[in-house]
Amino acid sequence: MVAQQLVNGLMLGAIYMMVAVSFTLFFGCLNFLNFSVPALFMLGGFLTWAFVQMGMPWVVAVLGALAVAAVASLIVERLTWRIQRGGPPLIPLVSSLGFLILFENLVLVRWGSDARSIPSPFGDANIRIGEVVLGVPQLACLVVAIGLVFGLQFLLARSKLGRGIRSVAESPETATILGVEVNKVVPRLFLLAGLFCALAGVMFSLSYQLVSPFMGDQVALKGLAAMVLGGMGSVWGAVIGGLVIGLIEIFAISALSADHVSVVVYGLLLAVLIVRPTGLFGDAGLGQQKL
Amino acid sequence: MSGYWAGILVILAINVIAAYSAWLPLAAGQVNLGTAGFMAVGAYAGAVLSGDYEWPVGAAIAAGAVASGLLALLVGSAVLRTRGLYLALATLAVNEVVRGILLNWDAVGGASGYPVIAHIELLPIAIAALCVFLVAAWLGASRFGMTLHAIEQDETMTGLFGVHVSRVQLAAFTIGGVMAGLAGALYAHHFSYIEAQYFTVLMSVTIVLSVVLGGVQTVWGPLVGAAFFTLLPELFRGASNWRYVLFAAGVIAIMALRPQGIVTRAALMRLRRAA
Repeated sequence: MVAQQLVNGLMLGAIYMMVAVSFTLFFGCLNFLNFSVPALFMLGGFLTWAFVQMGMPWVVAVLGALAVAAVASLIVERLTWRIQRGGPPLIPLVSSLGFLILFENLVLVRWGSDARSIPSPFGDANIRIGEVVLGVPQLACLVVAIGLVFGLQFLLARSKLGRGIRSVAESPETATILGVEVNKVVPRLFLLAGLFCALAGVMFSLSYQLVSPFMGDQVALKGLAAMVLGGMGSVWGAVIGGLVIGLIEIFAISALSADHVSVVVYGLLLAVLIVRPTGLFGDAGLGQQKL
Repeated sequence: MSGYWAGILVILAINVIAAYSAWLPLAAGQVNLGTAGFMAVGAYAGAVLSGDYEWPVGAAIAAGAVASGLLALLVGSAVLRTRGLYLALATLAVNEVVRGILLNWDAVGGASGYPVIAHIELLPIAIAALCVFLVAAWLGASRFGMTLHAIEQDETMTGLFGVHVSRVQLAAFTIGGVMAGLAGALYAHHFSYIEAQYFTVLMSVTIVLSVVLGGVQTVWGPLVGAAFFTLLPELFRGASNWRYVLFAAGVIAIMALRPQGIVTRAALMRLRRAA
């Protein structure tokens, strides 16, 4: 029983982890709390359903949904960070909220507000190990998510883009002086982080088989909590934070009830912010940008 | 006045009060993403006092505002050590914790909500909104308001001039909490029914959005922002589902063209010179 919940918690945590990584990329590099993340998550998950509904094969539907989310993220970059950088961090935050409302309601206009169930391309395939039941899609998501984070870490550490991103995170002005084309690096960062949360949306829809225009809101709040718990701006912190929040949620459901989850999760978030605002793995320099 | 317009004016008045509650901390550069949580405390405290304890409505509403203010004082003393976006996240967590507790508290109806027997009409709500505006205008023009503005500009420098920065911030946060509680208690006694699900983080976020859109520099900003947020979706009502799309596009456009908000200090100066 405990083993089963451990597994369920890790699988849910994989989704939060992806969202938290996305938040932490925006926050760590650009000091930008990007509230369009829940909308990009929703676009990934919901459009997968919509495209399958139109009769597209699964792979095409997923790729199409990711492409739309990627374009959406680039639009957000143009109208928020690019024109509002250097000012108070509140300004792009507000604009990104505008995009959250915009994207959610665009989807609502086209497809209505009902939650839709999405058939699984995997059927109801399960693997049994002793007492523990592993859902194949959830397991695949966990593996893919961890693989992607390793890939991201490698990209940030080794590639030219990664060096560019890290230099922008240190200081956009110094990066410009040193010949980094900030206006090329930042859109790529938006693309990368946007794809991360859109992919999390796809995973969520495949694992839990339910989509709605507002599916991103609750998940993204948990992702934010995961980011803070791990330490803002730290990719590995986001990974651990996501998995921990997933585990806490599953164990809180079984020990108390589903209604108590938000009290436990956000109570913990509040406690972390009061006692150790830098999170578990954050830097001592409060609010310092780092990756 | 038709019932439709009276209904909109009630919502406008409540939104104006909520906007000023978010504006006070924002004027000092602090983002409170938990306004709806404080509103919920005011709403439930007021409703329980006027219902279960049969207090007079006015006293119950005032007590709701005080209860929310006390919570703000408590939370503020703990989380105001954190800054900037950390504070925003802490208040967001407060919102969700308050909502989660109310949702599971059977004495106040839990998930099925709490019916409010006492009822108030538009007039007292409008008067309350006017009073909140006057208080905000007075605070804004006072030494306190200047200090808030100075802190928003440069916290370290303001501290060097001998201002006890964290105490001023706590005061702004607490007064904001009182106003939010007032808005919530008024809401409860007009709509006769409250449920915890209503007071979401998205609502808090929308309130902050309205203030920033209106402009945080002057006392007129929150008023303009709240009016924009209440009336614009109504104007687009004919466009049914599209209205929030149009509304969001409006928000994005305004923030792109006027990142300081609709009403800025410079704009007011220009108006005054022209007049």
